[in-house]
Amino acid sequence: MAFIPHTPEDVAEMLAAIGVTSIEQLFDEIPASVRAGELSGVPEAMSEMEIGKLMMQRAGADGLPLSFIGAGAYEHHIPAAVWAIATRGEFYSAYTPYQAEASQGTLQTIYEFQTMIASLTGMAVANASLYDGASAFAEALLMAVRIHRKSSSLKILVPRAVHPHYRDAARAITSQQGLKLEELAYDPQSGRTPLEALQAHEGADISALAIQQPNFFGVLEDADALSDWARSRGMPVIAIVNPTSLALLRPPGEWRGAADIVVGEGQPLGVPLSSGGPYFGFMASRMEHVRQMPGRIVGRTLDVANEPGFTLTLQAREQHIRRGRATSNICTNQGLMVTAATVYLSLMGPRGLERVAAACHARTRELHGALCRIEGVRAAFTGPYFHECVLQLDRPVAPVLDALAARDILGGFDLTPYYPELGHALLACATETKTSADIRTLASALRDALQAQHAA
Amino acid sequence: MSDTPADLRYTKTHEWVRVLPDGLVEIGITDHAQHALGDLVFVEVPEMGRKVGARDPLAVVESVKAASDVYSPLAGTVAAANSALASEPERINHEPYGGGWIARLRPDDAGTVASLLTASDYGKLLEAEGE
Repeated sequence: MAFIPHTPEDVAEMLAAIGVTSIEQLFDEIPASVRAGELSGVPEAMSEMEIGKLMMQRAGADGLPLSFIGAGAYEHHIPAAVWAIATRGEFYSAYTPYQAEASQGTLQTIYEFQTMIASLTGMAVANASLYDGASAFAEALLMAVRIHRKSSSLKILVPRAVHPHYRDAARAITSQQGLKLEELAYDPQSGRTPLEALQAHEGADISALAIQQPNFFGVLEDADALSDWARSRGMPVIAIVNPTSLALLRPPGEWRGAADIVVGEGQPLGVPLSSGGPYFGFMASRMEHVRQMPGRIVGRTLDVANEPGFTLTLQAREQHIRRGRATSNICTNQGLMVTAATVYLSLMGPRGLERVAAACHARTRELHGALCRIEGVRAAFTGPYFHECVLQLDRPVAPVLDALAARDILGGFDLTPYYPELGHALLACATETKTSADIRTLASALRDALQAQHAA
Repeated sequence: MSDTPADLRYTKTHEWVRVLPDGLVEIGITDHAQHALGDLVFVEVPEMGRKVGARDPLAVVESVKAASDVYSPLAGTVAAANSALASEPERINHEPYGGGWIARLRPDDAGTVASLLTASDYGKLLEAEGE
């Protein structure tokens, strides 16, 4: 099925109307040196039947392992109603509607989503979503630089305990605009970012501070002290949060140094792991910064007949109007994922989400206890954690994980390439989907793997 | 027909410049520009002390239709910004050459004002643009 309705005659007529002879001429202003040229390695187009078969094969290759990997994407129970509703035709085929106000149902869904995110994060306003948590973080850095106009350093303090992929994505997206990420060390005992790491920057011109809560190690930062330090020095605070954790933890809008921008990965809210995507990012902010927020925002209004309705608002800085000077030229919203998250949050309600969060925390405590009793395994940090913890093994992690994988268990995320200073470190997670029996299965397999390798 | 006071200087990008007795230059957008933008809903004025070059973005004016940059007609340092526009952006619509001023600069070289368009030059530009 062709998605481009124009015939060659239509195209010729349009080109003639604007006085060019080929579509290629429209791209004249892009120099040859920066063009990708021929793309190699891109296979021929496939039919729906072929692609369906390929995807089934790929999903089969993933299997259904018992997974204790978190590290930014989390396996949660998704009530059947979530995707039954999200895949209804009215939602399923609707990408960002370009004739937005004709799609009142889509706009209302986004409006409800924004309201839920604002409420979860304790902020005044949220946008219609971004690509994923990492790109939302990059957008937050750019936004912080725009709002902190007194600062000209473009330096952002980013703890080393922030997700390494988020830091990589942020560097890739912002380095060409001159932003510099200054790393803050974590305390090797607690796994938290100490206030002393910030105090080393006292008096320097800093554009913003980022705080991930819980941090990549699953450890709870002293968000009040860190945020207060930044805000009392006139620096905007960017919070990166796990939305599930917000059912238990105080939201960034209520930190002692109340956050200016809050971003995070929305996947835990009803989106399956799906081999890594699609996921969605969310972003919320203080009302005073709303004009610097990238992406779309749906507002509620009254129409000419005084009837309530929904509309895209504050669009004047978007790329279809401001072109190269838009607040962002790489953002979109993730309509379908956001629909699922909105249904998920509606079904859960505040109490339901709190129970999920509490169950995750309880399961991870159980996991932590069970694994630390094994000889050759110890907890890396003493700081309080939410639903992930770092364990240190007495030998290299990768072969141990391979041995577990052979028993269809994904035992955690190997931190060695990212944090070599932690030695043989493993990040493990247990959500509400793991039972006590699952945890015993992992513990027993890990004990076997460590003993087998001792013997070898 | 737009109002273009004879005692001001203008730019091709629709800013006006007034030389004040203390040597500062006051900057705003023209009557033509405010009319083209429509009702303004937000104005982002520059920070005091910011250094700008000629034709650098100085401020942003936002109407319900579009957000547009206001370019600095000359190089200088921001000496004042019209804070009243934060709560009353419509001042630019009502009195573009008075209460709707946007910023005052201390120019690096006061002589450059003379290189800007006169009211009559700017009037011709508007005619050529088909007003």
